[in-house]
Amino acid sequence: MATVTQQPPPPRAPSPSPPPAPVPRVKPARRRGRRTPYLLLLPGLLWLVVFFVLPVAYQASTSVQTGSLEEGYEVTWHFATYGDALSAYWPQFVRSVLYAASATVLCLVLGYPLAYLIAFRAGRWRNLIMILVIAPFFAGFLIRTLAWKTILADGGYVVGALDALHVLDVTSWLGWTAGDRVLATPLAVVCGLTYTFLPFMILPLYTSLERIDPRLHEAANDLYAGPATTFRRVTLPLSMPGVVSGTLLTFIPATGDYINADLLGSTDTRMIGNVIQTQFLRVLDYPTAAALSFLLMAAILCAVTVHIRTSGTEDLV
Amino acid sequence: MAFLDRLKRRLVVVAGLLTLGYLLLPVAVVAVFSFNRPRGRFNYEWQEFSADAWKDPCGVSGLCGSLSLSLRIALWATLGATVLGTMTAFALARYRFRARGAVNSLVFLPMAMPEVVMAASLLTLFLNMGVRLGFWTILIAHVMFCLSFVVVAVKARVMSMDPRLEQAAQDLYAGPLQTFLRVTLPIAAPGIAAGALLAFALSFDDFVITNFTSGSTVTFPMFVWGSAQRGTPVQINVVGTAMFVVAVLLVLISMAVGNRRGRQRT
Repeated sequence: MATVTQQPPPPRAPSPSPPPAPVPRVKPARRRGRRTPYLLLLPGLLWLVVFFVLPVAYQASTSVQTGSLEEGYEVTWHFATYGDALSAYWPQFVRSVLYAASATVLCLVLGYPLAYLIAFRAGRWRNLIMILVIAPFFAGFLIRTLAWKTILADGGYVVGALDALHVLDVTSWLGWTAGDRVLATPLAVVCGLTYTFLPFMILPLYTSLERIDPRLHEAANDLYAGPATTFRRVTLPLSMPGVVSGTLLTFIPATGDYINADLLGSTDTRMIGNVIQTQFLRVLDYPTAAALSFLLMAAILCAVTVHIRTSGTEDLV
Repeated sequence: MAFLDRLKRRLVVVAGLLTLGYLLLPVAVVAVFSFNRPRGRFNYEWQEFSADAWKDPCGVSGLCGSLSLSLRIALWATLGATVLGTMTAFALARYRFRARGAVNSLVFLPMAMPEVVMAASLLTLFLNMGVRLGFWTILIAHVMFCLSFVVVAVKARVMSMDPRLEQAAQDLYAGPLQTFLRVTLPIAAPGIAAGALLAFALSFDDFVITNFTSGSTVTFPMFVWGSAQRGTPVQINVVGTAMFVVAVLLVLISMAVGNRRGRQRT
């Protein structure tokens, strides 16, 4: 078919159709073929340009405007907004990165065994466990986050157990919790972030683990590699694409999240997302909010680029 | 060595099951507390068993209205994102054209951006344009962020398709349209369905982007957010539990049907 540029056929299958003869009949079809991809792309691309690219451009312009809500705003190339925003809100920036990084590491540590379990050890339970990993999505993100308020409540079972084991003494000393409270502390926020984004770590990990040929494990065993060596030299390197995309899928949304910090934290645990939300929807200081949002976007894009480059999996995108 | 090996095997299983427990614990709490009779305005502390909320799920003003609004938005957003996303995915998977790489990155970017950034920039656009926030702005935003996920799901499926099937159809004198409708589309259907399901789930549960683009319109997640400040009715837990149960049941039923079909075919 002339309207489709065929992918190169696999080597073992020689193309059954003869090469198209250069008869004039083919020509119009070819021209239509050249236009088809653009026609197919047009609506979706238009949507993304108008409602994604254009807004980002508008936001960039808003961030260098001055004025007030009553008198309107004007572009004055007032770059000082960026400096002011950074000097006023750098603690929230640092906190966001710290919380998101902790949550990402926790997700990796918690998610890897479960992904491994589903990929290699679950047997006939595999589908059921997969359903149980995905299904909590449907119970509603906010409702589940609110449930953590009950779980971590003051004087509840979890806090009581942690207190009895003197874990709270250690975490209080580290500044993660405050006294005998877990709610409204950094620990609660990181715990909520970890919970929220854990499936985004497990699914890519599972996908890359599942592709590993189990015979590679047997081969490693035959070559006198113990379980630890097998894991370090075979399983982990082969699962790196999953680790890279899992950490990205966890870290990016966790940095911008403001729901966990709002519902489970206090004013001392505010993240950059909280600041952007408040500036935009309550304070109505649009230039500062736009500048902060733009900075967050730039930081994330830099981090993603570096992460993808250093881990060498550019085919991820 | 054998003992260590066994311990390590067990360790992985135990650690994995603990993580699964961590994932499911909040859902269990939501379900249990849907049978609570709270004393104050907030449903965070267990008092006594009661099935009142289950008997009257719409008993809180605004809850069922917000639920039906969320359903309507999710359905329309799914339709829009699936149509646009499938077209984009076919173009990306089947054709070589200029700027293909740029289009690929443009599709990838919305997924690599924190939601709050997308939400905030959309709000600046709407404010600059003087658009009234409400149903339509929410719908536009939802189609935008669901689009990329549909593209990824459909593209993966179309890319893995054997091109020889279409060649075979043509050898058997099927025209381009017939080939598309009888061969290409049925093979791509699972990818399209997966993309659509994902879009529905994302749109229905979205809070951040809706928070910025809704104005005073209240979707179900917005309702939950509001009640987290004012007082959480038990009915919220009823809705959460019901959605979880329905989702699990639907998946189990579709799996059972798929299994039976597979067995009949062999």
